Parts: sequence; C-alpha cells; structure tokens
Amino acid sequence: MAAFMPLVRGAIYAAIGFVIGAGISLGITNMTGEDAQEPLIVLGYVFAVIGWLMGVGMWKAWGRNWFGKSTDLNPSGGWERYLRFNIDHKVIGIQYITSLVVVFLLAGILAMLMRAELADSGQNVFTKTTYNTTMSLHGIMMVAVAVATVMGGFSNFVLPLMIGAEDVAFPRINALSFWVIPPVVVLLLLSPLFGGFDTGWTAYPPLSTQTPVGGLLFELAFLTFGISSILGGMNFIATIITQRAPGMTWGRLPIFVWSVLAASIISLTATQWVAYGLLMIIFERIFNMVFFSPPGGNALLYQHVFWFYSHPAVYIMILPAFGAELEIISHFSRKPLFAYRWVVRAFALIVALSFVVWAHHLFTSGMGESLHGPFMILTELISIPTGIVFLSALGTLWRSKLRLKVPLLFALGVVFNFTIGGLTGIFLADVATDIALQDTYFVVAHFHYTIMGGEIFAIFAAGYYWFPKITGRMYNETLGRIHFGLMFILYNITFLAMFIPGTVGMNRRVAEYPPEFESMNLIVSIAAFGLGLSFLPWIYNMLNSWIRGKKAPDNPWDATTLEWQTTSPPPLENFDEFPVVTGDPYGYGDETVTHARFGKPAHSAPAEGD
Amino acid sequence: MTHEHAPRVNHRFDPLTINRLGLWLFLVSDASFFIALLSSRFFVVGTSTPEEVAQVLGLSLTILLLLSSLTAYRAEAAAEHGDVHGAKRMLLATMAMGIIFVFGVGFEWHEAFKHFPPSTAFGTVLFTLTGVHVTHVLTGVLTLGFVYFRVRNTDSIGDNQWAVEGAVKWWHFVDVAWVFIYPTLYLLK
Repeated sequence: MAAFMPLVRGAIYAAIGFVIGAGISLGITNMTGEDAQEPLIVLGYVFAVIGWLMGVGMWKAWGRNWFGKSTDLNPSGGWERYLRFNIDHKVIGIQYITSLVVVFLLAGILAMLMRAELADSGQNVFTKTTYNTTMSLHGIMMVAVAVATVMGGFSNFVLPLMIGAEDVAFPRINALSFWVIPPVVVLLLLSPLFGGFDTGWTAYPPLSTQTPVGGLLFELAFLTFGISSILGGMNFIATIITQRAPGMTWGRLPIFVWSVLAASIISLTATQWVAYGLLMIIFERIFNMVFFSPPGGNALLYQHVFWFYSHPAVYIMILPAFGAELEIISHFSRKPLFAYRWVVRAFALIVALSFVVWAHHLFTSGMGESLHGPFMILTELISIPTGIVFLSALGTLWRSKLRLKVPLLFALGVVFNFTIGGLTGIFLADVATDIALQDTYFVVAHFHYTIMGGEIFAIFAAGYYWFPKITGRMYNETLGRIHFGLMFILYNITFLAMFIPGTVGMNRRVAEYPPEFESMNLIVSIAAFGLGLSFLPWIYNMLNSWIRGKKAPDNPWDATTLEWQTTSPPPLENFDEFPVVTGDPYGYGDETVTHARFGKPAHSAPAEGD
Repeated sequence: MTHEHAPRVNHRFDPLTINRLGLWLFLVSDASFFIALLSSRFFVVGTSTPEEVAQVLGLSLTILLLLSSLTAYRAEAAAEHGDVHGAKRMLLATMAMGIIFVFGVGFEWHEAFKHFPPSTAFGTVLFTLTGVHVTHVLTGVLTLGFVYFRVRNTDSIGDNQWAVEGAVKWWHFVDVAWVFIYPTLYLLK
C-alpha cells in the first residue's frame, strides 16, 4: 500500500489546493460582483496542479531545494518507483508510454462509438451534442498521444542511451513534464460530466467561448499539456547539446536523435502560440474581453495563432516518427542509412518551412486573398524535404537483405501509408481543390493517413523495436505479425474508403448525413471495428511478454547504436563502462567502422572534432 | 541542477554551462509567447492608442523597471566577487522596485477601468499585455525572494552563485519584455 502513498498524497494535496484557489477566487468575485463559477475553476485548478505535483514527490525531490534544504531524489526501487516523482529518464519514459497507451485505447473506444453512430445516416447512439463532444475528445486525446508518445515516451527512454549519457540534462524538469500529464487526462475525462465541448479539438471561437464549463476544462487541459511539451523540448535540446559521450560528434548522431532535436525546436517555440490562443479564449470567457468579437476583435486572430502552433505540431508528431522509421530501416536492412547528411538537412528545412505554412488551414476562412498564393506554394515546398526522407528510406532498402521482423514491417507500413497521406495532401494545399474539399471527410482521411498511418505505425514500429530494451523480454513474433497484418489491411480499408464520401462532399463533424453516403460509411464502420479489434493481439502480446516473455539478449537485433550495447533493461546509470564513440552509427558492411568502444575514459575527455 | 544521482559524468560540460543553456532556451520559448502577445495588439486595435492612456505613469514604470535591472546587475556582480552583503542589499532593492512596479500597474488598472474596461477593444489589449507581464514580474520577485531567503543568513555565496545569476537573468528578461511592451502599448500613433 505504501507504494500508492505518493499518488494518494498528490490527490489530497490537489484537493486542498483546489479549495485554496477557489476560496481566493470567491473572495475576489465577491468584491467585484462578477460571475463566480469559471474564475473559481481556473484558480482552483492552478492551485490543485501545484498541490498535486508537490504531493507526488516534487516537494521532496525539488521544492525543499528552493528553501536551501536537502532533497531526497531516490531514483532506485522496484515497481513502486513508477508511481511517484522519479527523475530517472528510463522510469519517466515508461511512465509516459504506459499512460499514453491507456489514453490511446480510451480514445480508440471513442472512435468506435463514433463509427457506430455513423454506420447509418440517422441518429443511433448519440444526440448531436454528445456526438460532437465524443469527436472532440477523440481528437484531443489522440493529439496528446501523437505529440507525447514518441517525444515524451520513447525518446525519453532511448535518446540518452543513444548518445551515451547517464540521463537528460535536467532530470527534475523531465519528471515535472510527465507529472503534469495526469491532470490533463483527469480534466479531459471530467469534461463530458460538465456539459462537454462540441468545438472539436481546434476550439474555434466564438463557439469555444460559449460552451458549457466542459469546454473550459478542455482549454485548461490543453494549456497544461503545452507546458509539458515546452519543458520536454527544452530538455531534449539541452540534452543533445551537452550530454553526448566523448566522440559523439554531430555527424555521428543516430538519425533518431536528429529528428528529436528538430521536433524539440518546434515544440519549444511554437507551443507558446497555442497557449496564447487558449489564454485569449479563457480571458474572453472570464473577463469578457473582446479578442474575437466586435468591435475590433476578430475570430480569425484565433485561427492564425492556433495554426501557427498546430501546423508545426504535426511535425512534432511526424519528425521523430521519421527518425524511428529510418533508424529501424537501416538496422534491419543491414545497410548504412542512405543520404544521412541530406536527411539532416531535410529535417532542418522541414522545421524552417513548418513555421510558414499555417494559413493553408484558412483558405476558406475569409482571410485575405493575397495570402492564398504564397501559402499554397510554401506548403507544397515542404514535399521536397519530406521526399528526401522517403528517398533515404528507399535508398537504404535498395538491394538490401531485409530481416523482415515486426519492427521493420511497421516501418515499411509507414512508407506505404505516408505516401498516400502525402499525395492526398497536395489537394488540400492547392487552393482550388481545397475550397471544395475543406471540412469534408477527405480531410479526415488525409489527416489519418499522415498521423495514424505515418506516426502511429511508427510508434508501433518503435514499440516492438525497443520492447526488448525497455522490458528485458522478447515479444512474441507471430502475434506481432498477426497484429501488423490485421492492422495494416483494416486500416487501409477504413481510410481509403473514407476518401470517397469526402470527395463527393460529405461534411466532417456531423452525427447525421444524407442517406446517399450510407453504403460507403457502413464499409468504413465495419472496417473500423475490425481495426479496433486488431489491437487485441497487440495488447495480449505486450502484457504477456512483459510478464512471462523469454529473457531478451542485450542486442537482439545486432544493431550498432549505443542503446543496444548495454544490458536489457539498462542499469540505473545506463552503462557499466563509459562509451567512447569512434565512428558512424550505421557502419554495416564496413569492418573498419566501429560505432563505440567501452572503457573508463578520463573525466573531461573532449569530444573529437566538433 | 543536474546529475544528483550520477556522480560520474561522461561529457565535457560543467553544470553552470548546462544551467545557462537551459535558461536561455526557456527564455527563447517565453519570448515567442511575448511575440504572439504583441502581434495580437496590432490585430485587435491596429496602431491606434487612445488619448486617455496614462503616459506619465507608463514612463515612470518604465524608468523604475530599468533602474531595477541596474540593481539586479549589481547584485549579480557582487555575488560574483563574493560580496554577499552587497548582493543581499541589491537583491532587496530590486525586489522593492519590482513590488512598487506591481502596485503601479494596479493603479494603472484602477484608472483604465474608467476609460477602457476589458470589454472594449483597447481594454482587452491593455489588460492582457500588462496582466501577462505583471505575472512575469511577480514570478521574478518570487524567484529573487527565494534567492534572498537562501543567502540571508550566510557570509558567503557558496553554491548559490547560479541561483543569483539565474534569478537575475530572469529579471533582465522580464525587463526586456517590458521594453517591447511599453512602446507597443503606449507610444504608437
């Protein structure tokens, strides 16, 4: 029972915090005579989060330090270390992955409910409002999964290992960025009980300033999630710059590390914009400000600010996915990564371009016509660096002896799916076609081809690939293949079929639709339920293998990068002997290249050549 | 800040450099928040500034904040030279000016409510810009307060060197943010 004490204490402190914040707020609104409810929730929530963080262990591990007192970090321990504020990056990685798998499954169930509603044209399961709340919740929960599973989960676990570090640059900030996630999930799950929010995850005003309290909970949750994202990005940039092992020059970084660096730059600078957008909505709600309503205010302000984050955000999702995909393709092709330097340049170009394409979401919004042409061209330019990433994948696969294990199958799935996602994106970047396709199921299908077909497949590739390292056990290969086969086929049926009602104009975000779209939607719904069931072998495989699986060797894939050169799972300090990097990470087929040797180097050995 | 559980290191950066880098990255991040903030001023009210804006008060607040940056700098310099008493004096002076600034903004809000409440376009911009900034000032005062609390009973700076430097850098950042907010809010025609 003692293991659950930090969580219990966190909950109690959160309750106390809420009472304090709500009390302060009531005092103020009593004086000013304003409506008390929403300010009370905002201020109560802020204090509740502080209470929660202190309760789960931040006070012991960090807070005492602010007053010049000694702290107790205690990173070791059994399974109970996963249930408290722990600063070991491997523990935090597992905390992220397991929490987000739960969110993924919940949001998947919401998708099933939506497909049940959409199986025929009338209303079956939901009222219009509850359908829209379900759709919005599915959206924001999956966005959280897509942003944080690779960046918070896998890169937390493997990135310090890959660069030969003992931990990230700021272990306590790292723990903080995980522990603000539980309040996000709690708020999102509470929001349907408070009237829900029917705005979609994009929360466009003026609707989002008028929703019931459930909408406010969602906006607070999104803001909190942004804090996690910003701190995570800062931590990874600092880690990659300062924590590399001797000899780990920039040209020797595994490609996954480069992709995380690129995504971190975006999450560090762009996330602030959506935070400001949400803050404006909250201010309009509780202070009656007029950002989005006349005179002066304009709803387009929110759309610009929102997409200035949310378009780059898809690159926070997809860049580390590309990194993991290329990593796996190189190791399982037994070939050096093709055009490594060009891929790094492509990542840099994607980061730069990602900030100047946001207004392609606004072609039908009434934004100035003069902006249409430039944003169309800039958006289409981004297919050049993305194409380089694909050429690198294909060049690496070219004439190689593939080891067709489950991680590679999923990585190849990314190549296939994202090609469709990329090609259909051209129609949405092009003004003339976008005006017809905007807000139809074509957009929904395109988005799911890039993020689900691209990133979620890459998450599964990464999950199978690093499973032996993370758990110290092997997964079941046959069950993994069954999972891949079912998921790949049913996924493609679901979303290819979804393009068809989209091209003939079926609106998204509706619970009812004209009967002529019924047959196509029934196919989509049946395939979607199959897709949902295809995760069952995966869940069984993961749980069963983690508990009873065969012990994994240290390097089951004969891979060259550093995370495979330590034990599975790695010790607390990551490496028993210090790694010194001596060559390229992908020296397959070249006897003279060794990525690293191990030994005890001098304490401040300078990195070679950078 | 780093490696409490790892007595060994396998890289060539000292903790001070790592802390500085982390803080600078955070400043870059927060600066992009202020850019978003400033851009909304132009979107909502263009470049127009009402007559009733308290120009004298705005200028006084700006001068006060710039002076507080000077004392903050003196605190950091004193800490660097091991002059812990000088550092304490200057930290106190900085915090005092910060608190006066907060009250100044409070007085400004009191006046602004009469001319442009938050439900008007210019009021929206004014209360948001000054409100977000004054929240930053409060965090600055709080951080300086923590640092002061840690060195108050000691005769040497000891391992609080970075605490002083970090808090002062944060204070400078908050000041620089105001240097952009002030002309954007008060001086445009």
